Amino acid sequence: MGFNSYLAKKVVVYTITFIVAATLNWGIPRLMPGDPIGVLLSRFSTLPQSTEVMYSYFMQAFGLDKPLHEQYINFWRALLSGDLGVSIYLYPRKVEDILLDALPYDLVLIVPAVIVSWIIGNWLGALASVSRRLDALLMPVFYFLTSSPYFWMAIVLAWLLTVVFPIFPPSGAYSPGLEPSLSLAFIEDFLMHWTLPFLSLVLVMLGGWAIGMRNLIIYEIESNYSRYMEALGAPRGLILRYAFRNAMLPQITGLALQIGLAVAGAITTEIVFSYPGLGYLMLQAIQNQDYFLMQGAFLVIVIMVLVSNFIVDIVYALVDPRIRYTYTGET
Amino acid sequence: MTTRTPARVTAFLLAVLVIASLAPIPATAQQLPREETIYVGGGLWAPPSNFNPLTPWAAATGVVGLIYEPLFLYNPVKDEFIPWLAEEGEWIDNKTYEVRIREARWQDGEPLTAEDVKFTFEYARMHEGIYYSSIWDWLDRIEIVDDRTVRFIFSQPHYPEWQYYLYTIYIIPKHIWENIDKPLEEANENPIGSGMYRLKSYDQSQVVYEYNNAWWGTKVYGEPGPRYIVYLRVSSNNVALAMLVRGDLDWSNFFLPGVPQLVRQYDFIHTWYKDKPFHLPANVAFLFINNQKYPLNITEFRKAIAYAINVDEIINRVFEGTVLKSNSVGFLPIPSWQKYYAEDLDKQMGFTYDPEKAKQILDQLGFKDIDGDGYREAPNGERIKLTIIVPFGWTDWMESIRIIAENLKAVGLNVEPKFPDYSKYFDDLTKGYFDMAINNFNSFVSPTPWTMYNWIFYNNTPPIGENSWNGNFGRYFNSEVQQIMEKILVTPVDDEETLKQLYRKLQEIFLRDLPYIPLWYNGFWFQASTLHWTGWPSEENPYGVPVTWPGNWQLGGVLVLLNLKPTAASGGEVVTKEIVKTVTVTEEGKVVTKEQTITTTITQAGSEASQGEGAGLGMIAVLLVIIAAIVAVVVARRR
Repeated sequence: MGFNSYLAKKVVVYTITFIVAATLNWGIPRLMPGDPIGVLLSRFSTLPQSTEVMYSYFMQAFGLDKPLHEQYINFWRALLSGDLGVSIYLYPRKVEDILLDALPYDLVLIVPAVIVSWIIGNWLGALASVSRRLDALLMPVFYFLTSSPYFWMAIVLAWLLTVVFPIFPPSGAYSPGLEPSLSLAFIEDFLMHWTLPFLSLVLVMLGGWAIGMRNLIIYEIESNYSRYMEALGAPRGLILRYAFRNAMLPQITGLALQIGLAVAGAITTEIVFSYPGLGYLMLQAIQNQDYFLMQGAFLVIVIMVLVSNFIVDIVYALVDPRIRYTYTGET
Repeated sequence: MTTRTPARVTAFLLAVLVIASLAPIPATAQQLPREETIYVGGGLWAPPSNFNPLTPWAAATGVVGLIYEPLFLYNPVKDEFIPWLAEEGEWIDNKTYEVRIREARWQDGEPLTAEDVKFTFEYARMHEGIYYSSIWDWLDRIEIVDDRTVRFIFSQPHYPEWQYYLYTIYIIPKHIWENIDKPLEEANENPIGSGMYRLKSYDQSQVVYEYNNAWWGTKVYGEPGPRYIVYLRVSSNNVALAMLVRGDLDWSNFFLPGVPQLVRQYDFIHTWYKDKPFHLPANVAFLFINNQKYPLNITEFRKAIAYAINVDEIINRVFEGTVLKSNSVGFLPIPSWQKYYAEDLDKQMGFTYDPEKAKQILDQLGFKDIDGDGYREAPNGERIKLTIIVPFGWTDWMESIRIIAENLKAVGLNVEPKFPDYSKYFDDLTKGYFDMAINNFNSFVSPTPWTMYNWIFYNNTPPIGENSWNGNFGRYFNSEVQQIMEKILVTPVDDEETLKQLYRKLQEIFLRDLPYIPLWYNGFWFQASTLHWTGWPSEENPYGVPVTWPGNWQLGGVLVLLNLKPTAASGGEVVTKEIVKTVTVTEEGKVVTKEQTITTTITQAGSEASQGEGAGLGMIAVLLVIIAAIVAVVVARRR
């Protein structure tokens, strides 16, 4: 009973959140100054006579000649039938196809970055928590990393490793002229292009994990069970192992949340490196006033954040009855 | 534990070193045979997603021109129509134009007949969004005489407009398109045209074309030089520059920085002119002025602006002399326009840089600096503040309007340069929310100056806030101009005497009212490398304009392909490349002093050099070693 009503409430909350978020996605691009069809046609140098006929045709084709409330209703109607519309910038490709092309780039970049930063961060945090000298050395570094904006870190790395030491290529997912394949040459080229955005994500994320881990372990070491073990004469290594395991729990939750948020975090990094994931696509969409592509890309991010939050909520409730009780008001 | 750790670290380091030693695996980036492949760039800015000849503004460059072909090509340098899919075409009476087409086949083997030509035009009557559909306002019907002859019978021919369409409408196969419901929403990923090339493959960063050996023109013109065309999407002009000097790009239509230096330094870089301005003129950059807004609606005020602007300074400082200054009427220096250019009127009524004269005019108009802030106020004492806009990121134009603003400040006008995003810029321009703006979108070379006048005098002057259709942004209206424009439209293009009178009148009105100010001629940016291909057109051999921008191939790009030959001494290639590499270093050194952005990209791209690619894994390995070392230190510290 408790769990079901908890679930029901959560579903309602998430649905409302989704509707609000999707509405904002729809509305905000339309507040931008400018006219997407005009921009689209301005790429083509032709007689004004031609522009005139094309303009009215494409305003209709994209449904932009209708009053806003009708456009809004049409948006939901299409969305519920799984149709994200046609891109203006990459006319006439479907938005969902474009997004599906871009997503793999996000996944190969973001998932490893989150996991690697999580592992290294937790490890370094744990190291810092046990050695005071190391702590004094590392903590400022962690704070520095975690407070640097993604784009800033990306620019610094780009400057350092493509200009000062020209080791890595500055932009793209692979060299122009190369065709994606499973050949060694391509994989190597791909890795070279992947390294810098990957590193810049890892470095920024790492700081937060390390700080969290260090604080949690210190907290655990100070807790009663640790003191009791200490009193019993347990070796320090054993106490630390217990503390570490207990500290891991919140970090695992954090990991689940982070994967959802990471797409949003990677946007600026992708832009700096022209890495063709969702973030880069969004920039192109905004620059070309592509309402439909913008909507689609934002929607993917919203859905990822909501879904990962939802999963965490459910898992929590399953694992920890206290949560669902407080939520449903039962005692 | 303490004894084990160093051993582990050592093992790890060893493993890393082993990987590093394996690293130099040669990367073979170019799978197509180099001696049969040409690398082209400058006309592909978005990932290719569209191959539809009916939406040429969205189609990847080359779709119209290489795959789908027009009836004629047009070479503006010689003012010459070159029969292409049409074998010949002529007016057989005032209202009938007859075209005889060649014996050709579509790329799927079907014959190309008069039916296809008829269908291409009639298709635009069925689907109104097709760009040439307005032709049906003055085209009455199309008749088929025989399999290869078509007659266009007009209700009222618009002669110059028809002439323009002859080389900008692309013939499509009836048997394919008649079955398509919504042709404008078609990506057309398997394009079937009649052209010299067919689509081979494409991905995010390139389009690859392959020679169509069943092409009709092989019998007439022979085979094109390159078997493959790799059209690259390069992220910036600076990267393109680096690729060109490395021999990775053969044909560039990018706006490259530092062209004079480039040409001096590398003897294999080919340009149209051997010296300044290097480029053929492509279109006229106008300073559009809002004719509806006080005080810009005062003719004399606009003239003062024209006198105050130092175009030579812009050309020298921004363009390094690679473009030409425009005359006062904005007539491009091409034969088809020059024959109507009224030079005497220009001398008599035109403007030159003369700030004193500008001040004098403003004084006379009563615009004086009353409050002593250095800027003139309106006669009624109100302050005047004007803006000039160009899109953000269009660096040459951004620099140009900074200079214009300085020039205008020097004569006491408070003018601020502004750089909105492209979409905002274009919206302000078309809706009339601007004071001054630079634009050149539709003043391209053409068979008649009508195309330029049709754009700047376009008969659509809606109130501010509504779209003005891609022309006449400043909403200049003059009924006399409209009458003349209508007369030009219905005057046969070979009636030069009548046309001379009409164009002369237009120039006179333009100089009298000066609604807009022609500044300079933007160029057909073109640099080619002779490392792999020779036979490029030039001032001495002007067989066509070497341009590959979307919808421009028929100005000569396709002819260039026919004229290209692989550079003979392919054995010497390696040597040449080595030279290129050593020179690149000095180039970097030189450009450093000039503009910093250029240097960075050259260095970056330089690191991608084909020989250096194998070192990639090695570099990763070095990085790993460094990380490992840090780890080792940390572990050691922990003890």
